[in-house]
Amino acid sequence: MKEERLTVSKIRSGTVIDHIPAGKALHVLRILGITGSEGYRTAVLMNVESRKLGRKDIVKIEHKKLGEDETNLLALIAPTATINIVEGYEIVEKRRVRIPERIRRLLTCPNPTCITRSSREDVVTSFKLVSRDPVILQCEYCGTMVRGEELENLLTK
Amino acid sequence: MGLKGRDVVSILDLTRGELEALFETADKFDRRGRARYRLLEDKVLALAFFEPSTRTRLSFETAMKRLGGETIGFAGAEATSVAKGESLTDTIRMLDSYADAIVLRHRYEGAAKLAAEVAENPVINGGDGRQHHPTQSMIDLYTIRRLFGTIDGLNIALAGDLRYARTAASLALALTLFRPRHLYLVSPPQLTMRPEVLRVLDEAGVRYSVHGSLDDVVEELDVIYVTRIQKERFPDPMEYEKVRGSYRITLDLLKKGRKGLKVLHPLPKVDEIELAVDHSEYAAYFQQAAWGVPVRMALLTHIFGVEV
Ligand SMILES: [Zn+2]
Repeated sequence: MKEERLTVSKIRSGTVIDHIPAGKALHVLRILGITGSEGYRTAVLMNVESRKLGRKDIVKIEHKKLGEDETNLLALIAPTATINIVEGYEIVEKRRVRIPERIRRLLTCPNPTCITRSSREDVVTSFKLVSRDPVILQCEYCGTMVRGEELENLLTK
Repeated sequence: MGLKGRDVVSILDLTRGELEALFETADKFDRRGRARYRLLEDKVLALAFFEPSTRTRLSFETAMKRLGGETIGFAGAEATSVAKGESLTDTIRMLDSYADAIVLRHRYEGAAKLAAEVAENPVINGGDGRQHHPTQSMIDLYTIRRLFGTIDGLNIALAGDLRYARTAASLALALTLFRPRHLYLVSPPQLTMRPEVLRVLDEAGVRYSVHGSLDDVVEELDVIYVTRIQKERFPDPMEYEKVRGSYRITLDLLKKGRKGLKVLHPLPKVDEIELAVDHSEYAAYFQQAAWGVPVRMALLTHIFGVEV
């Protein structure tokens, strides 16, 4: 991991999100709601070498230990991501991401006549997981089903 | 009573037992003919029809009046001026403060679910988008039960526009609460049943098959449920003409069927059923429409928790 050492040092405590598919790091930050204005020291590495993925992205967030509820949402666009929680330069917890049973707010329904698409309404979208393999989610308002590969395009702007 | 105070967004919000109890109440109202009751004289029902619908609205209005209750509301173009750019949720909050229950018809899928989340009083879905029309399905099931004495064990075809016609999708969902012998889904390829509905059929273990023409299956059927194929679904008018012809219900087609075969239709119909069928023993749709009133009376009494 020579390149990684060249670009950024290890963090003392916080979260390292590894094995993000190359080019998806900014999406990861968006899903986590990290804009930079929160003040966390954050490193974003894009297109670094990976034995497993060829190329990958890495995100390191110092002094912020992300909970499972937050990181599981990353499964929408980065199912390969691994989460490392760091304390005193040591990894104290390592976990994978898993799509949650219900996803609120994050996705836009692709059906143009879904009530959640009406600009007049103040309604939060809600999708439930109806199948894990293959990944299929269903809008709880209009019933439209969406497949895993469509999710990235449906992320709420 | 199980339905008291509850919302009815989808037909699947009810159990088979709740539907059967409802049908028994509808039987009582139907037996007593055009009697007027004072069962709901302290109740006001709001009819919020953001999309025009004569039948659903008038039959709810009739049902409420026969029960001694009052209705308020708006329909069609009037809805635009009522709402004046207001959100659905704000309109529902207003109606919720005036009335004891709300019937909603809306063009958007999920409108009734959203209204039910906002309103404290029960919301009855009078049809939203292309998937749910639970009170029509109650009438459809009731009609089948009255004509055949059962819903279980029958061969039922849904024919026409299965993709956008909310009545067809809602009835397919409704039939998962029963045990039809077989469900025949007959439509042109552009208008097949939506995957989310098929998924419910699969999960419920309903046996069904997909067909392009009624000719192939008519001999096996007890019930044909017809929905209109609308011109605007077809970018090419020639294609529409072709499809329309092949889904027309004619007396000649029905004569190939079993004895006792019945044709149902949620109405209004245009020309999808040959006029000669109207006066034949096959036509059940006028009777079906008439039963809309006792079925909706039954639903209102169950939702308001009134003993009949
Ligand atoms: Zn939707």
